[in-house]
This record gives sequence, C-alpha cells and structure tokens, in this order.
Amino acid sequence: MITFEGVTKRYADGTIAVNDLHLEVPTAEITVLVGPSGCGKTTSLRMINRMIDATEGKILLDGVDVRTIDPPTLRRGIGYVIQQAGLFPHRKIVDNVATVPYLLGWDKSKARARAMELLERVGLDTALAERYPFQLSGGQQQRVGVARALAADPPVLLMDEPFSAVDPIVRTSLQDELLRLQSDLHKTIVFVTHDIDEAVKLGDRVAVLRVGGTLAQVADPATLLSAPADDFVREFLGRDRGIRRLSFVPADLPLRTDLTVPDDADISKVAGVAAASGLTWLAVVDSGGRPSGWVNAADLPLSGTVADLRLMPYGTFVAGRDSLRSALDAALLAPSGGAIAVDDEGRVTGVATAGALAAATSGIAAEGVGTGRG
Amino acid sequence: MNWLIEFFGDPDNWSGSSGIPFRLLEHLEFSALALLAAVVIAVPLGLWIGHTGRGALFVVLSANAARALPTLGLLVLIVLLVGVGTTLPVLIPLVALAVPPILVNTYEGIRGVDRDLRDAAYGMGLRGGQVLLRVLVPVALPLILLGMRIAAIQVVATATVAAYVGLGGLGRYIIDGLATKDFASTIGGAVLVALLALAVQTAFTLVNRVAVSPGVSRRVKVR
Repeated sequence: MITFEGVTKRYADGTIAVNDLHLEVPTAEITVLVGPSGCGKTTSLRMINRMIDATEGKILLDGVDVRTIDPPTLRRGIGYVIQQAGLFPHRKIVDNVATVPYLLGWDKSKARARAMELLERVGLDTALAERYPFQLSGGQQQRVGVARALAADPPVLLMDEPFSAVDPIVRTSLQDELLRLQSDLHKTIVFVTHDIDEAVKLGDRVAVLRVGGTLAQVADPATLLSAPADDFVREFLGRDRGIRRLSFVPADLPLRTDLTVPDDADISKVAGVAAASGLTWLAVVDSGGRPSGWVNAADLPLSGTVADLRLMPYGTFVAGRDSLRSALDAALLAPSGGAIAVDDEGRVTGVATAGALAAATSGIAAEGVGTGRG
Repeated sequence: MNWLIEFFGDPDNWSGSSGIPFRLLEHLEFSALALLAAVVIAVPLGLWIGHTGRGALFVVLSANAARALPTLGLLVLIVLLVGVGTTLPVLIPLVALAVPPILVNTYEGIRGVDRDLRDAAYGMGLRGGQVLLRVLVPVALPLILLGMRIAAIQVVATATVAAYVGLGGLGRYIIDGLATKDFASTIGGAVLVALLALAVQTAFTLVNRVAVSPGVSRRVKVR
C-alpha cells in the first residue's frame, strides 16, 4: 500500500504542482491518476520513487516514509515505465531488461535467463533479445520497457503515460496485455494517463486530479461514471457516460430458450414456435448449435423450410462473461432488438429479448438516480 | 612532381636522424603526447560539466579563448620563458590547441543525451556515476571520439611548428627547406604531414567502429 499524507510539491518560483494530496493506493490493484496537463499527476507519481521530492507531507510505502530510503535503493525496488520506453540504445534488448538484476548484483546468466522469461511474458518473440532498441517498433519497445520494470519482480510498478506514444491499435493491445499480466502478477500499480478512457479501462480505482494539483474524486470506474463528484469530473469524463458505464455491469439478463428454431425446420414449425412464445422474432440455429440469424414469424411464406428464408443479421454476447454494453451492442445489430446469448464455444444458450434489455438498462439508470445528475 | 621524386627518391632521406622514419617518429611522439595530455584534461572535465551542468559557461569561454590563441606566438613565448632543449615548449601550445574540440564535443555529447534516457536510467536505480559511465558515455561516444579526431588532426598538422624552435618532427623538412630554398624538401614534408593526417583520420574511423555500440551507430544489418 502506498499512502499520500498531505503531500504538496511547491517549486522555487511558487508554482504548486501538487496541493495537499491525500490518497491511498491499495496493494495488488491498479490505481490510475488521471487529469488534464498541469494537474500534477506525473509529479505525484515521481514523488513515489523520489525522482522528485515532496515539499510537504509524507509518502509511505507499506508504512515506511520513502524519504528515509536512499533513492537508488528505493528505485531498484520499484518498477518504472515511462512514455518513450527510455531503453538504453547501446545495449541489446536482453541486457536492457536485465538492467536492475545486474544492478542488484545477480549472476549474469541468471539475470539473462530472467530477462528471456520476461520477454516471453510480455508477449515478445525471444528472437528479439539479441537486437538493439532501434530495431524494434514503438509498441515492441514499450513491451520491453514493461519487461525491464518487472525484471527484479518489484511489488510496485509506476507507469507514466506508458502507452500514449503508440498508435491506437497497438495501445489497445498493450492495455489488454497489461490487464492480462496484472491478473497473474497482482502488482501494486500506479498508472498515470491523460486519457480518461484508458483510466476507466485499466483502473481498479481512478483518481481524477484537477489543474493546480488537487484531488477531485477517487472512485472505482463504474461509480465515477455514474456519480461524478462535480462539474469538473463530469466534464472530464466526457460524452457517453451512460453507455460507457454499462461496460462495468455484467449482462445478467433473463434468457429465453423457447425462441430458437433449427435452420432446417419447416415453416409450419416456425409459426408454431412463434405462436407458443407469443413473440414474432426467432433465432435460427444451425446443426452445430451456432446462430445463423433472425427470422420474423410475422412475415412467413405459406410453405417451405427455414433454409428458403432470408435471415436477418444478428449479434451475440457471452452470457456470464460479457458486460451489458456488449449485450446491448449485440441487440443493436439485429432488427429484432434482441441479443443472442452464446457460450465460450459460440453455441447458442438463449435469447435476451428487446424487452429484457430495456428492463435491465432502465434498472441501471434507476440505480444512478440521486447519486448523480445528467 | 619532380620535387616529390627528388625528395622521396633521395636515399639520404630514408636513414639517420634526419631521415623520414626518424622524423616521423618524432612527429608522432609530440603529437601523441600532446593529444594524450589534452584527453586527460578535457575528457574528465567535459564529462563532469556535461553531467552536472555546472560550469557550462567555462566551456564556451575557454573554447573561444583557445580558438583565438596563436599557436606560434605561444610557442615563441614559452621558448623565451623556459628556453629550448625540452619538448615542453612544443607540447603546451599543442595541448592548448587540442583541448577545446575535445572539451566542447565531450560536453555537448553528454549534455545532448535524450532526457528520457537519463530519466529512465535514474528511475531504474542507477547512481549518478553509473548513469554517466554506463549510459551517457556509451551513447555520447561518437561525439566524444569526433572531438578527439578533430584535435588529433589539428595537432598532427600543427606539430610542424616544433621545427621553428629547433626541435624535430616533419616540420623540419618544411622549415629547413624554406630556409635553404630546397623546395623539394618543403613540399615533401608537406605531403608527409598531409598523409599522416589522413592516416589519423582512418585510425579514428576504425576506433569508432570498434568502440561504439552497434545500437548507437545503428550499424547493424536489419534482419
């Protein structure tokens, strides 16, 4: 656990970068510091490993004031990832990753073995180990930067806008990779970004800072989206708060299993299923149990089979794993307004009707009432 | 051309204490000593100033002052002060000539290293000296070597002035030749100095290739 106790950073010219910050960063969680430029997020991060020293207040690392630890010693126990990766250009990738183990006096072969293991862990081909940084793409360099920070297995990881200099596709894959790593490693991570979407995606907790270095709100992402503390936070969160918030709500929808027909069924059977369920839109399922499309029972020919019909487009979500946002997205792809639920193998397990989705989303909205405006 | 054949074809010019091999060795001796002394003075100073940022004004002032310094004038002055007979009067002006390019390039090389890289090095837990020696110097090495190369070429070319005060070196051919109107000797000496400067240039290219990391020079085949 990292604790900020009334931390202030004031520069000689009177500029206040961080103002009386009180914040707890829980162990084994990702805490994101987010805010516009000039909000002191990077300064706050850099005070943890003493790249900058606080003017007032204390930062405690598991109860120990960081100011009592010699900076190089402190830093060797804290992983540090920066925006441009900051790899040493004159060293091979493997030696870059092994930087801190070398500093800690590990045996060279042990340090290199550890470095190879980490390269794999962050999703890099170990053939890259003998290359130099300039031979790698920006995304690959950033992965090496993460591997280097993890090399000596520090309990704490500081990440200063690590993914902001790469293109959006690479950024998404790096974010997913970080979440995957974290689910194995359970590090205490402080992550700085100016991108609220990144903050909401990665953070177990998100601390929003405002210009002048004061803390505006700390909350888990779902709470932040549903109940921003003030106009600044609301504005910073931006548009589509409602729909984004659904990402944090599991799709616990009532599934109907009486709304499916096989893709070789006779028209008369389709009409029968529709009549029995009381609904006209039915999901067509192939012989392997996978969805083929939607069919509207109100618009059937007099004879033939399902195979003769034009099927309507559909969307699916994985029941029990995906969010309500995914389910809603699946429903918006289909003229039926319903979403087809599938299992991990893609086999249909049921149908969430338009009515069920409407009930679920209005329920979520009702929960938000009273805790936040707009 | 005839003068060159006359000079290089004369067997007397290839033996004894006024022969080309001996003069060349003398010339190399002054030059190497002066360069070594300049490196010993300028590199640590440049590293320290570049790393700490303290005394940057000193670098600029000393470099400009030294550029304005007349080598020959300094030589004559020192001879007047300490007398002839030792190599010291030659070494001092040569060192004064060699220090500025090494100092300026070392300082600029270290100072110019990417801020993020410095930041990362400290952030990993390297101490100040380790940041300098393990990160900044290897990255700045091409510039530091460039400074030494410029200095070496200037020193080799300028060491001819040793002959003015009765010392040896390739300058003897030039100055003695001028004094006795032996133009074959003058031109032969000048050609030798030029060749030596080229050899120095080549030697530094080789050192550069061996000493600078392929990751910095980017001289690696792209696989």
